[in-house]
Amino acid sequence: MKNVLASIAAVVVLTAFFGFAYPVVMTGFASIAFPDKAGGSLVVKNGVVRGSTLAAQQFTWPRYFHERPSGTSPAYNAGATTFLNYGPTSPALAKLVASNAHAILKLEKPYNPGLTIHDIPVDAVVTSASGIDPDISPAYAALQSRRVAAVRHLPLLTVQKLIKQNTDGRSLGFFGEPGVNVLRLNLALDKLGGR
Amino acid sequence: MSGQGIAQILVYVVLLIALGYPLGIYMARVYSDDDFATRGRLRWLGWIERGFYRAVRVDGIKEQTWQAYGKVTLVFSALFALFLYGMLRLQGHLFLNPDHLPAVPSHIALNTTASFITNTNWQYYGGEYTMSYLSQMAGLAVQNFVSAAVGMAVLAAVVRGIARRSRDEIGNFWRDVYRTLVYILLPLAVILGVILMSQGVVQTFHAHATATTLQGSHQTIARGPAASQISIKQLGTNGGGFYNSNSAVPFENPDGISNFFELLAILLIPAGQVFMFGKMVGARRHGWMVFAAMFVVFAIGVGVNLPAEQHGSQVLRSSGVNITQGSGQSGGNMADKEIRFGQANSTLWTVATSDASNGSVNAGFDAQTPAGGAVPLVNLFLGEVIFGGVGSGLYGMFFYIIIAVFIAGLMVGRTPEWLGKKIEAREIKLAALGALFVPTMVLTMTAVAIVTKSGLASIYNHGVHGFTETLYAYDSQSNNNGSAFAGYGATSFSASLGSVAMLFGRFVPLLAALALGGSLAKKRIVPASAGTFRTDGATFVVLLVAVIALTAGLMILPALTLGPIVEGLMH
Repeated sequence: MKNVLASIAAVVVLTAFFGFAYPVVMTGFASIAFPDKAGGSLVVKNGVVRGSTLAAQQFTWPRYFHERPSGTSPAYNAGATTFLNYGPTSPALAKLVASNAHAILKLEKPYNPGLTIHDIPVDAVVTSASGIDPDISPAYAALQSRRVAAVRHLPLLTVQKLIKQNTDGRSLGFFGEPGVNVLRLNLALDKLGGR
Repeated sequence: MSGQGIAQILVYVVLLIALGYPLGIYMARVYSDDDFATRGRLRWLGWIERGFYRAVRVDGIKEQTWQAYGKVTLVFSALFALFLYGMLRLQGHLFLNPDHLPAVPSHIALNTTASFITNTNWQYYGGEYTMSYLSQMAGLAVQNFVSAAVGMAVLAAVVRGIARRSRDEIGNFWRDVYRTLVYILLPLAVILGVILMSQGVVQTFHAHATATTLQGSHQTIARGPAASQISIKQLGTNGGGFYNSNSAVPFENPDGISNFFELLAILLIPAGQVFMFGKMVGARRHGWMVFAAMFVVFAIGVGVNLPAEQHGSQVLRSSGVNITQGSGQSGGNMADKEIRFGQANSTLWTVATSDASNGSVNAGFDAQTPAGGAVPLVNLFLGEVIFGGVGSGLYGMFFYIIIAVFIAGLMVGRTPEWLGKKIEAREIKLAALGALFVPTMVLTMTAVAIVTKSGLASIYNHGVHGFTETLYAYDSQSNNNGSAFAGYGATSFSASLGSVAMLFGRFVPLLAALALGGSLAKKRIVPASAGTFRTDGATFVVLLVAVIALTAGLMILPALTLGPIVEGLMH
């Protein structure tokens, strides 16, 4: 009985401390020290939230760089992340890869003569783990650059420069892998105004 | 497999030892210095410890026998379970629910409660669209602290039992729990939480944001008080993500730095505890040998998973797309993986999280190659003793150590000894119970789930891969890991069976370990003789690894042949 009473008291006290005091203090600190990051790294233009630099969003127009495929429903749902969970030998995976590769070839080939399936980097045809991976590989960005440059009537060099500017290298030059942030890249393109 | 990727893995290992060792020595003081609250390094936190005693009116000094210690552990966990279950069921009527989420369905709430009080963090739900902010921070995150502290307290008591001679008591539960919380988990969680926020992990009480995308459609962006919870879910080997896709989600793990520190946090305390053990029993060399045995198994996991994933699956290789690692991509099997982590960091996480009973992920397991995906499956089955869960990993390892010295004793025909204590029938029985109970339960439950209609309903990918999904689900829950092959759905059958798996998987070995500690505390020290098997040399490391491989490894081999091995051969 003594144990029961002490445990009940512990539930109350520990919940108050670790369940309220701790997260409230941490949130308070975050709102002062890192207000934008703690709020979700939102991109706000003219008072309208246009997305988050940490979440992929749907890009289908040819004037934009496209994201990696997404397994969420609907695609790029940053409110319900998920893995796709196709097993490594599943026919569904083979079908998905084939149809994604086909779509990319159809879209990019007019701008990249001689493009074959062997030129498509793997990240372009398989889903990311979160379904909202904000990055594409530098190789996939390079593949898309000719189309975007042509559609926007921009010199290829300008687009390549923007890709470089919006590539996140390894943290501290060492940790992780480099990736191109698609939303930031597309925002930078829109800022140029080229149509 | 780039040199750069391997360099990241090496830096990880070096930092793990460089930080884990001093942490271990520090933890030894927390648990053995009676006056830590007044003269320890973090004595300025002493008011919190004293406040806890005053608020709950318990005696934090009088020591308990293993039976008394075990009893209060069970009562304490049971009351937290009732509280958590109630909160999940009532969250729709409670505050801090800006997205107006309804009550968690009863079978999911039951499974989640069992999952979080047992330090498992198996999740049959997606956090961002199931749990209110109240449930996340005042329910689940509190358990991330408390269930970790329970495991660590029990380990401290067991180690004390090993170190003591001719005593009945092994420590005071309340003191061990409160000290763990105040002097170890809280400071580390605050430090890691701040690092994570600085990199972009969300921490806010605002509701989800709605964005108007560049193409003019709408996108929901889930947010919440995540960083404070993620830091402790990594440190306390809990692993339950704030978001459904766990630490693969950029809001939970935005870049290379956050990823590195979250990775470090997975193994930091379990590795430190090995050194703590060496210090507390006065056998540091033995501690290093246990560390070495763990490290060997860890390295094998990395050595199998990384090349397999870099090589890619048959489907990807035959599709014709470019999976070669080189300029502009890390290549390999990128299915259900994130660009910013690539292969090396996904492998490291996969191995660390399955060795350590953490269960968080930064890449999907279901989509990994047969050989790559077999690594976490086997790691789980070893009983989470390769570093293992905080506390539970090392006391689980003690079972294997006892079996190892027993076998060594049989070879030379002497009564086995460990750290000066005679290992007799009672200890062997407890070690056998602790080591074999969980694997037996995994196989039984998998068998039940695979022959019943209600069990089969949970499978996503049919055929051989579906068997692997089922095996993984009960493997993960029974061993209190909580990582998911993901392709296994929640039905009231699977959720209930899983709850039973988690509760027994936690408390049977826990009580066996306490009993072992109590039994060893009573013994005297016998002086080492020429016939004593030395536990501080390389021979011991080899024997220990062999014992782990033989006991748990052979139990899973038949199941492995039905799952990943057949799948690997078929394609």
